[in-house]
Amino acid sequence: MTKPLLIAENISKYYDGRVACEKVNFELWPGEVLAIVGESGSGKTTLLKCLSMQIAPNAGRALYSLRDGRTESLSDLSEAERRFLMRTDWGFVHQDPREGLRMGVSAGANVGERLMAVGERHYGRIRSTALDWLNRVEIAGDRIDESPRNYSGGMRQRLQIARNLVTAPRLVFMDEPTGGLDVSVQARLLDLLRGLVRTLGLSVVIVTHDLAVARLLSTRILVMQQGKVIETGLTDQVLEDPQAPYTQLLVSSVLQV
Amino acid sequence: MTTGYNFAYLNEQTKRMIRRALLKAVAIPGYQVPFASREMPMPYGWGTGGVQVTASILTPQDTLKVIDQGADDTTNAVSIRKFFVRTAGVATTEETEKASIIQTRHRVPEAALREDQILVYQVPIPEPLRFLEPRETETRKMHALEEYGIMHVKLYEDIARHGHIATAYAYPAKVNGRYVFDPSPIPKFDNPKLDDCAALQLFGAGREKRIYAVPPYTKVRSLDFEDHPFSVQKWEEPCALCGSTTTYLDEIILDDKGKRMFVCSDTDHCRKSQEKAA
Ligand SMILES: Nc1ncnc2c1ncn2[C@@H]1O[C@H](COP(=O)(O)OP(=O)(O)O)[C@@H](O)[C@H]1O
Ligand SMILES: [Mg+2]
Ligand SMILES: [Zn+2]
Repeated sequence: MTKPLLIAENISKYYDGRVACEKVNFELWPGEVLAIVGESGSGKTTLLKCLSMQIAPNAGRALYSLRDGRTESLSDLSEAERRFLMRTDWGFVHQDPREGLRMGVSAGANVGERLMAVGERHYGRIRSTALDWLNRVEIAGDRIDESPRNYSGGMRQRLQIARNLVTAPRLVFMDEPTGGLDVSVQARLLDLLRGLVRTLGLSVVIVTHDLAVARLLSTRILVMQQGKVIETGLTDQVLEDPQAPYTQLLVSSVLQV
Repeated sequence: MTTGYNFAYLNEQTKRMIRRALLKAVAIPGYQVPFASREMPMPYGWGTGGVQVTASILTPQDTLKVIDQGADDTTNAVSIRKFFVRTAGVATTEETEKASIIQTRHRVPEAALREDQILVYQVPIPEPLRFLEPRETETRKMHALEEYGIMHVKLYEDIARHGHIATAYAYPAKVNGRYVFDPSPIPKFDNPKLDDCAALQLFGAGREKRIYAVPPYTKVRSLDFEDHPFSVQKWEEPCALCGSTTTYLDEIILDDKGKRMFVCSDTDHCRKSQEKAA
């Protein structure tokens, strides 16, 4: 009965003939957290953008299992279907929260926007749902009417997460969600993310250059080098016993820290 | 009438182009139709969009009324009226009932309009979504896909900040159950008049090169929340001149001690009401 939520088939993207990512294949199952790791420039963000339809791959395709049970190639969906998917069934957490938030409106409106986008027209209900979500991401309720401009980096990131999760998406893409934060703030955010992923049973594709993040959050890992997947497997196994020399190097340099 | 101008200033080819845009606008109520806005002998902000629309639909038999903030004698209204007297030689009037075309900025006349009348609005910013989405490519897509959630984000912000929907002008509405549009900076008091109106309503934005329309008897529904329904401005006191309690009132400061009174903004309507009472 269960089947993969997201399938990547031979996804390739080139910029001016240069490989950004090439022939990437994987399956993401419901409830799985897949970490895409690799050093800067290895093609992680490009792959994530291809998967989440922010850019079109030059070759290959991504298939998604829709709520109604159909599995469709994302490129075959109409633009209306795609945009609906993006603001209901999917979430996207950017490294820079300013890209994912509306900085010009209050925190409450940021969380409420997706609800309004799917037709919620009761102010009181929108507000109480927003308060509930602020609470879940550990933002004090009395800051609901403030602009995220007043928020710290960590709070902005938590607000961005709440804004995405409010419609109970099944799949969340994250690109270096802890990247711009201080180490202590990172730890708190990671704990929070781990808790949310567990309690909500989210499926996640997370890009990170930080193996510690992958270790803490992910069930499976995909190691990229120069646009290609060089190793993949259960996170624990890959990090304990890396097979590819490049992965061994990555793991050992992490262990030195 | 000065010679050397084509009737109503614009050449026939330009008028045909604008009429085509108008026909399309009428066919798709509330949809913003791009048009090749022409330079007019007046600055933008003086209603060049409305003037081009009026020029394109005007016939020698028309009687024109021009109002600004409800009054016929303000600088903007006077200069536009003069412009059409000079370039088209049409009859003008200050009486809403006698006009076949009414060009307006910031108000809808109080008197109910008829099927044989056309109301032309001057529009500064036609795009209601711009407040939260500055990208034109994106707003066009949002209209096409009926993605209007962010209009409610704006209203949400109003309530969060002021306890009620504080937007009082250019209050967004949905036309014919489809396109969300900006009724131009009229007070929201006037929004209900747009709904199911017998007259054809045309909107022209000169600088932004957009035309849109509300055909006669079309549904115009102001956006709101279930628990914060749309409502219009109300005044504590009646018009100091005609005693009306059902019209839009302007506050007039009488002296520097803060003495003030409220009078109808629609001067023609107020005069008529006073005459009736006398
Ligand atoms: N828009 C773009 N135009 C040209 N080259 C790009 C663009 N985006 C990424 N690249 C290149 O593609 C490669 C992979 O980049 P990216 O996916 O951002 O890697 P990562 O996220 O792993 O750091 C890099 O060589 C980068 O310079
Ligand atoms: Mg990147
Ligand atoms: Zn009066």
